[in-house]
Amino acid sequence: MTDHLKREIKEALIRDAKTGSMSRRQFLTYSMAAGMSVSAASGLWTSDVSAATPKQGGKFRIGVHDSNTSDTFDPGTYVSVGQIQLSHTHRSYLTEITPENGLGPDMATEWSATPDAATWTFKLAENATFHDGRKFTAKDAIASLNHHRGESSTSAVKSLLDSVVDIKADGEYTIVIELNQGFADLPWVMTDYHFVMLPAKDDGTIEWESGIGAGPYKIVSHEPGIGTELVKHDGWHREGAYFDEIQFITLNDPNARQTALITGEVDSITSVDLKTMALMQRNPDILVDNIPSGSAITLPMFTDQAPFDNVDVRLALKYAIDRDELVEKIMFGTATAGDDYHVSPGMPYAPTDIERRPYDPDKAAFHLKKAGLSSLDIELSAADSVLPGAVDMCVLYSEQAKKAGINIKPVREANDGYWSDVWLKKPFVFVKWGARPTPDQMFSIAYKDDAPWNESHWQNARFNELLLEAKAELDDTLRAEMYHEMCQLARDDGGTVIPFFANFVYARNKNIGHGEAVSSAWENDGARSAHRWWFAS
Amino acid sequence: MEFLHGWMPAFMVLATIAGVLLAAVAMSWLFRALLVWVLPGEGSKVMRSAPLTASFGLFVIILYALAGIFAPWVAPYGESEVIASSFAPADDKMLLGADQLGRDMFSRVIFGARNTVGIALIATSLAFLMGATAGLIAATRGGWMDQILGRFADVIMSIPSLIFSLLLLSIFGTSAFVLIVIIAVIYAPRVFRLTRAVSGDVVVMDYIEAARLRGEGLWYLIRKEILPNSKAPLIAEFGLEFCFVFLLIAGLSFLGLGIQPPTADWGSMVRDNATLISFGEITPLIPAAAISLLTVAVNFVVDWMLYRSSGLKD
Amino acid sequence: MLDVFSIVAKRLGFGLITLLVISLIIFIAVELLPGDIAQAVLGQGATESNLAALRAELGLNDPAPMRYFNWLKGAVVGDFGVSLVSKESVTDSITPRFVNTLMLALYAAVIAVPVAISLGVLVALFRNTLFDRIANVLTFTSISSPEFFLGYILILYFSVKTGWFPSIATVSPEMPLFERLERTFLPALTLVLVVVAHMMRMTRAAIINLLASPYIEMAKLKGTPAWKVIVRHALPNSWAPIINVVALNLAYLVTGVVLVEVVFVYPGIGQLLVDAVSKRDFPVVQACSLIFAATFILLNLAADVGSILTNPRLRHPK
Repeated sequence: MTDHLKREIKEALIRDAKTGSMSRRQFLTYSMAAGMSVSAASGLWTSDVSAATPKQGGKFRIGVHDSNTSDTFDPGTYVSVGQIQLSHTHRSYLTEITPENGLGPDMATEWSATPDAATWTFKLAENATFHDGRKFTAKDAIASLNHHRGESSTSAVKSLLDSVVDIKADGEYTIVIELNQGFADLPWVMTDYHFVMLPAKDDGTIEWESGIGAGPYKIVSHEPGIGTELVKHDGWHREGAYFDEIQFITLNDPNARQTALITGEVDSITSVDLKTMALMQRNPDILVDNIPSGSAITLPMFTDQAPFDNVDVRLALKYAIDRDELVEKIMFGTATAGDDYHVSPGMPYAPTDIERRPYDPDKAAFHLKKAGLSSLDIELSAADSVLPGAVDMCVLYSEQAKKAGINIKPVREANDGYWSDVWLKKPFVFVKWGARPTPDQMFSIAYKDDAPWNESHWQNARFNELLLEAKAELDDTLRAEMYHEMCQLARDDGGTVIPFFANFVYARNKNIGHGEAVSSAWENDGARSAHRWWFAS
Repeated sequence: MEFLHGWMPAFMVLATIAGVLLAAVAMSWLFRALLVWVLPGEGSKVMRSAPLTASFGLFVIILYALAGIFAPWVAPYGESEVIASSFAPADDKMLLGADQLGRDMFSRVIFGARNTVGIALIATSLAFLMGATAGLIAATRGGWMDQILGRFADVIMSIPSLIFSLLLLSIFGTSAFVLIVIIAVIYAPRVFRLTRAVSGDVVVMDYIEAARLRGEGLWYLIRKEILPNSKAPLIAEFGLEFCFVFLLIAGLSFLGLGIQPPTADWGSMVRDNATLISFGEITPLIPAAAISLLTVAVNFVVDWMLYRSSGLKD
Repeated sequence: MLDVFSIVAKRLGFGLITLLVISLIIFIAVELLPGDIAQAVLGQGATESNLAALRAELGLNDPAPMRYFNWLKGAVVGDFGVSLVSKESVTDSITPRFVNTLMLALYAAVIAVPVAISLGVLVALFRNTLFDRIANVLTFTSISSPEFFLGYILILYFSVKTGWFPSIATVSPEMPLFERLERTFLPALTLVLVVVAHMMRMTRAAIINLLASPYIEMAKLKGTPAWKVIVRHALPNSWAPIINVVALNLAYLVTGVVLVEVVFVYPGIGQLLVDAVSKRDFPVVQACSLIFAATFILLNLAADVGSILTNPRLRHPK
């Protein structure tokens, strides 16, 4: 049994025990079966399980940011935080990221792969139903995934399933996914917020317009950009969902969010304005969750375009950035400094022994000189819609780089149209990436030589070779070694400066309880606060 | 004495306000005396009769103008120079403390005077030049000219200004030049309408009729007869529109379309730290106060000019 | 009076032409915006392949003039089409929000207009006294703060510190009137503070402008009390500029309140328009813009008719 798997089982056990679906005795039996000693298992029970005691009932009101009047139910075009929060509440996925950031079951109960990792079998939950009472079967799962495949698909995650050749049913409750190459991380990919399970129509398409799903709560009323009311779905196949009702209220303005929470209009908000975080923490009725995540800020430069085609210029820019000051002043401490490889410390296979590159203007000037330049004038584009404070960060970086003789001119681009006109179009820009569960997924979409989102146009033969090898490798130790080398390559040769990984910072009233661990996948416990949290009093 | 305790803060606030007012009055008085002494002949006479409010307004405007023109020499630090930690409190080096990036707030307010007031002044003047000219022509000429100009103004005004500028700035990019032109285009029709309405009232007066019969030309009518008789509301409007421009820029920065960083402008400075106000922190109040003070000052002077032009003696 | 009716009829005709021109301008502007609806909807997730599929699905491959005329054909008979993003009827999604916007505007106007005009008359009467100065300083300070900032300050004092009013103004159609008025008090107050100063200043300026006229001097010489001179003699002749500024501000209350909607989370039409612009959702942008434009045209027409009715010289042109 691999360590990875062991950890998953342990987490699954703790989760089940916490939600009350397992007695202490059962817990100990299963833990020992998973290779734990009696004392270790018993210690785990007292420390992790009994501390949390969920209570049933109540109406949980969540103030959500980034929720728009133009948001729809089409899973292919999910993009806003509002849609992500709602989709995890009224809909469901094959697999889920657990509060401990492992991989757990949702609509699929177990999964396995052939040794080359090119054929995957998912067993589906047999007791799951949609909100209108229909049973969830293989047919629905296949239609749901096919929504993101094929010529006419308008899905934003079409490219994630590019290597899928066919999806077949094996009986009513099993699906088999065939790929044209090994893909060890496929079960992780299934947690992507676009891949919701929806009822299939007879023609093999899905019924997404109605807002029906198989998630823990069903929609009673929904007004895009204003709010959504939901009640508990009695046929939900899993444990949890302690609240009777859920209400999402759109609160796009940071001040509206914080005052709504302080005055008790809502019980939880999905994002805290970092400038006022410290002031908010002084309020005794409010608890702030500050959760490190894999969501990176990247500053990609076109490595096939002067002056960025010179690796010394890239190194100069990497030495000229004071990451600690950026974390301190832009994120008010709620971020982890990066080291120019896109694997956060919380991700599987994250290297631990690479020493972070320091801020060193002299070194930067040295590399600049080595590149044959006495000074450097470049523009850096950003917009505050990407991250509040993005433009400020570029201003600060510009001040830091001045000491090395580098003149960075920050350019504030329009919020509107940033992704279509600036990103991938201008040579040096500010980007924020949502967390991806594994290094493979991150590298494949944004660093692979032919990836459409290879934002730095980086071409490194060794890196791409390793990426393909690691993708199909099921041995954890070997994979870890490969990712280590790839991180080192990205750090020293790549065209992306990664200043930091941003935390999720959200807040709740103190009468809302949650487990000891919360997932770092999205705001509010991986967008699953509705079924994981409870009223403590 | 216990019951007095609760009233102490209120008393302190009142005392501070009274102190500030007293200081303002004294300063205005001194400034007026100075002007009377310094200015030659006519100017001196005019200033002698000026109310204290007008002298206060003039004082503030001149102070802002000096700060704006000589910003690089007046400000202790550079516009974008990072010298402290975020929101560092005020000390003897930093008069107003630091902003969110640790830049000196006082220096940024001074540079803001240059950028914000400069842009607002140019844009408003341009708007008035276009709007008032068109309005006067429309009123004097009448007929189809009046119709065309009027409908054209209607079209521009009918599109809400924030949306209109959002569309235009997204299309043309956000340089200071584009910003000025767009603001001028948005405000010109408002000036046009007002000019048209006011001078429309004047045009039907008997003395205009008389001048027309005398065979006076269009420009003569506008310059000598209509403008002098309709300039009061226009001056009042200028004072207000000028200040609205700051707010439009602040609103645009709300939509991510403001002035380019690290240029300091008051509207964006309010916006950047606005949420702090909910916890009683005064950081965003400083640039807001800079805007308010100028608005009040400009309009005090406008009042005085209105009063003088109305010919009232009481 | 017949004159007035013919003017109204003519202006309404011009109004329709104005709307047509605006619809064309908006269409062109949306077309000129960088990026199209497919890119806006897919955002960071756009690739060649899904962009092409979405464009085909939305009919973006038709030439622009054809799309405009197709829309126009519907709009002429009152069918504003469906939102390209949500596929819902534009009329259905706009109506409830527009009703909200109108209610808030009405709420603010009912307070602001009488307050502004009476204040204007008062400060003209007591011009250059301490009362005049204080009223001016207060109103200037209130309009010279950005409106979102005014909103924040009101929330701080009337909601967070005292708990008198709710900080967010969520309303629903079935809410009783009194509760609705309480819930929307803070946004209405913000708007009042924003518009009062402008109208008050214009009233003051227009009245003072007339005070030196011979007929006012005459009235004064006859010994008429100062307030009577202003209310009876100056005010009736100052209506034209006052009405114009009032109309401008009323239009602003309907069309310019996006920021207040955002700050107080009020479900009005402004937020819908901003979201639609950012998604390049042309039918929604068009419908909202035309509603705003129509509001503006009607208010302006009312102002012009008002100016004519209050000025005898205009009423009976020689």
